Amino acid sequence: MFSLKPKPFNGGVHPKGYKELTQQQDISKSFVPDRVYLGMQQRNGSMLNSLVAIGDQVTKGQLIARGSNDMTVPLHSPVNGTVEDIKPFLSSHPSGIKSQTLVISNNGDKRWGEDYPSSDYQKLSHEQIVERVLKAGVVGLGGAGFPTGIKLRLARKSKVHTLLINGGECEPYLTCDDRLMREQASEIIAGIKLMAKAIGATSTIIAIEDNKPEAINAIKQACDGFNGISLKVVPSLYPMGSERHLIKAVTGIAIEPGQLSTAQGILVHNVATAKAVYQAVRYQRPLIERVITVSGDAVESPANITVPIGSLVSQVIAECGGLKAEAKRMIAGGPMMGQVLPSPFVPIDKSVGGLLALSEEKINQRESQDCVRCGNCVKVCPMGLMPFQMAAHSNNDDWQGAQEFGLDSCLLCGACSYICPSSIPLVQYFQHAKSNINAQRSMTQKSNLARQLTEARQQRLAREAAAKKAAKAAKRKRPTRSRNTQGES
Amino acid sequence: MAAFNPVAAPHTHSGLSTTNIMYLVILALSPAALHGVWLFGLPAVTVLVSCCISAWLSEVVCLQLQGKNWLSSVDGSSLLTALLLAMSLPASTPWWIASIGCAFAIMIGKHVYGGLGHNPFNPAMLGRVMLLICFPFELTNWQATSSPSLGAEGLAFSQQWMGIDGVSAATPLADLNQVQAWNELLIGTHAGSLGETSALLIALGGLFLIWRGIIRPYIPCSLLLGIAIPASIAHWINPQDFASAFSHLLSGGAMLAAFFIATDLVTSPTSPRGQLLFGAGCGLLIWLIRSFGSYPEGVAFAVLIMNAGTPVIDHYLRPKIFGSQSLFKRSKGA
Ligand code: SF4
Ligand code: SF4
Repeated sequence: MFSLKPKPFNGGVHPKGYKELTQQQDISKSFVPDRVYLGMQQRNGSMLNSLVAIGDQVTKGQLIARGSNDMTVPLHSPVNGTVEDIKPFLSSHPSGIKSQTLVISNNGDKRWGEDYPSSDYQKLSHEQIVERVLKAGVVGLGGAGFPTGIKLRLARKSKVHTLLINGGECEPYLTCDDRLMREQASEIIAGIKLMAKAIGATSTIIAIEDNKPEAINAIKQACDGFNGISLKVVPSLYPMGSERHLIKAVTGIAIEPGQLSTAQGILVHNVATAKAVYQAVRYQRPLIERVITVSGDAVESPANITVPIGSLVSQVIAECGGLKAEAKRMIAGGPMMGQVLPSPFVPIDKSVGGLLALSEEKINQRESQDCVRCGNCVKVCPMGLMPFQMAAHSNNDDWQGAQEFGLDSCLLCGACSYICPSSIPLVQYFQHAKSNINAQRSMTQKSNLARQLTEARQQRLAREAAAKKAAKAAKRKRPTRSRNTQGES
Repeated sequence: MAAFNPVAAPHTHSGLSTTNIMYLVILALSPAALHGVWLFGLPAVTVLVSCCISAWLSEVVCLQLQGKNWLSSVDGSSLLTALLLAMSLPASTPWWIASIGCAFAIMIGKHVYGGLGHNPFNPAMLGRVMLLICFPFELTNWQATSSPSLGAEGLAFSQQWMGIDGVSAATPLADLNQVQAWNELLIGTHAGSLGETSALLIALGGLFLIWRGIIRPYIPCSLLLGIAIPASIAHWINPQDFASAFSHLLSGGAMLAAFFIATDLVTSPTSPRGQLLFGAGCGLLIWLIRSFGSYPEGVAFAVLIMNAGTPVIDHYLRPKIFGSQSLFKRSKGA
């Protein structure tokens, strides 16, 4: 289509939003699961150590498991109740892998176990803010799930000057950030100010897509009168939520391939994370629940809903009236990048922002045909890659060829698959190629390590032999001289 | 019930399909084709129909031989090839010559290389060149126009329009210097190939495709400029021997090439810079062949020559990876 507005970045697509399904609905807080399932293994693979045993009473907000370092965020009980069981249970990982899981029954009491007086949080030092964020187990709620405290601390180290808050929410169907901005703008702004203080940022920009006028208004009012916070309305274009593209759209800076945004002095956080930071710092409340959008044409009553972490997908769906008969696929996240859920009985973890139940019609997947080299995928790729070439190489197991065409820069954003008229599952090829390359990398790493160890051993043996020989020779020649004991050690 | 086996994202699709694209292009071409029928009458219909039938039959045979589902012959791609070839032929071309050309285009131009998406050369133009070499007389025998006239008793159709006898005429390309009224060229009331005469209708069809996002403006613009710039310079230096840019752009297959032939998805480069280069190359070659070559029309040759370069262009003129430009700047600055 013709548009006279300059595009914020090259490429991108305009998938139909379907936001009207849930956009006008207040966040519902009435959902109370009868039990929650909390996995002891985090997304990045690190393990938590349980601090409770079967039969223990736990209170809402109580610390129940802890990792060995700051990279492993602590786990708190989302409900008041009893530890019923500790057993292997499904996680939301698409492989359907099971991990050790705490099962806590809920007694329905919604009060916090411990209530901290709301201290004069505005006087806290930046390190105290980070400490509280770390202690509260806050992770990025935009989907990556990286510990927020660590991110803040690293940002300060690399002298970040600009805090960019992502209110883009470019995935179709999802409206939870939109609702959060409309309903809790002042908490978000307070959280943003705390984050800005924690990293020492001199300017803060909140970016919101232009298809959320109410959210824009609410945020505008909430930050009225504060210096240093500015609001930037960006055009709605997928993938605006990608960190690099948001930065490009707002500041005009293009982060180089392989570079982190902090190298340019910019840190990106999501609006929901800002709210969690506020809760963590002001009330010292851990992150035990989040707002998600339950939507799609195959769910009875789509909603924005606050769910305790660890609630089962099946319970949340039941709360929203259940599935319709035409439901064909359940997805965690949005339709562009979300994962198919391996089962309805998986717990929702901190990084899940949406649950979608879609019908065949909305998935709109057809049999793939041969590539006609139409170049559509090249046109929409926001990273400036040539997806059809990368796919051709990946298809021939030529990982190196795929990398030469930029596979490492691929966001797996799905814009190319979305537009391809031949319905070629391009992203599937890239995921496959990426996992193969990763496997190869860790293999070479392992064999390198093994080789280094063998070499070291051989050198050591050779050294010992030489030393022994020298010692023997020395002994024979001058028996009175003190022996060099190095060889015997 | 929902299926819980993992499938890769995205879980939605734009709904764009190859078949859609093909039929949209055919739709965009049809006004110019109908205009050809209006101008040249039943002979034009014969050429169009024989091309379509021959292309479809060839497609079915080839798919059968490869053990593929013959039903995919209705995907529009062979129909589009047939239409493009027919529109580049004189309306007086005998039906069997047109059929041979189309069969060649589909079988040799497309399926020998593995079918849709794998052919390096534009099939319609391959067919056109093959016919030009094998049947030089028929392929340069331009029928005079004979559009029906509106008289007192309604529309009157001439004998020629009914295909009963034919009168040939010179095309503007034969002597580009002879000054042609530009509005005649634009609307297309002159002799020429079946579907190439109305520059206006073709350009409108092309703009429609650009508006719908099927083609991008890079190739049309650079191709037209590729003709216009050298033509203007030469005309300015020596107006006796070189036709003006206007005559070049509005006559022959220039418009058709710019919007429909050079923009063929399969055989043109995919990146914007590649498309700019490709279009400019086509335009320049068209002008060179018209001005210095022994053929009056250069579109088919120019497009085929540039097709041969497409893989190289695609290899060297890739889009810039996001952010890599600043890397380039920085390393130069450092
Ligand atoms: S969009 Fe699909 S058909 Fe078109 S070039 Fe890319 S992979 Fe090929
Ligand atoms: S998935 Fe990768 S290749 Fe495809 S559009 Fe996104 S970044 Fe480009």
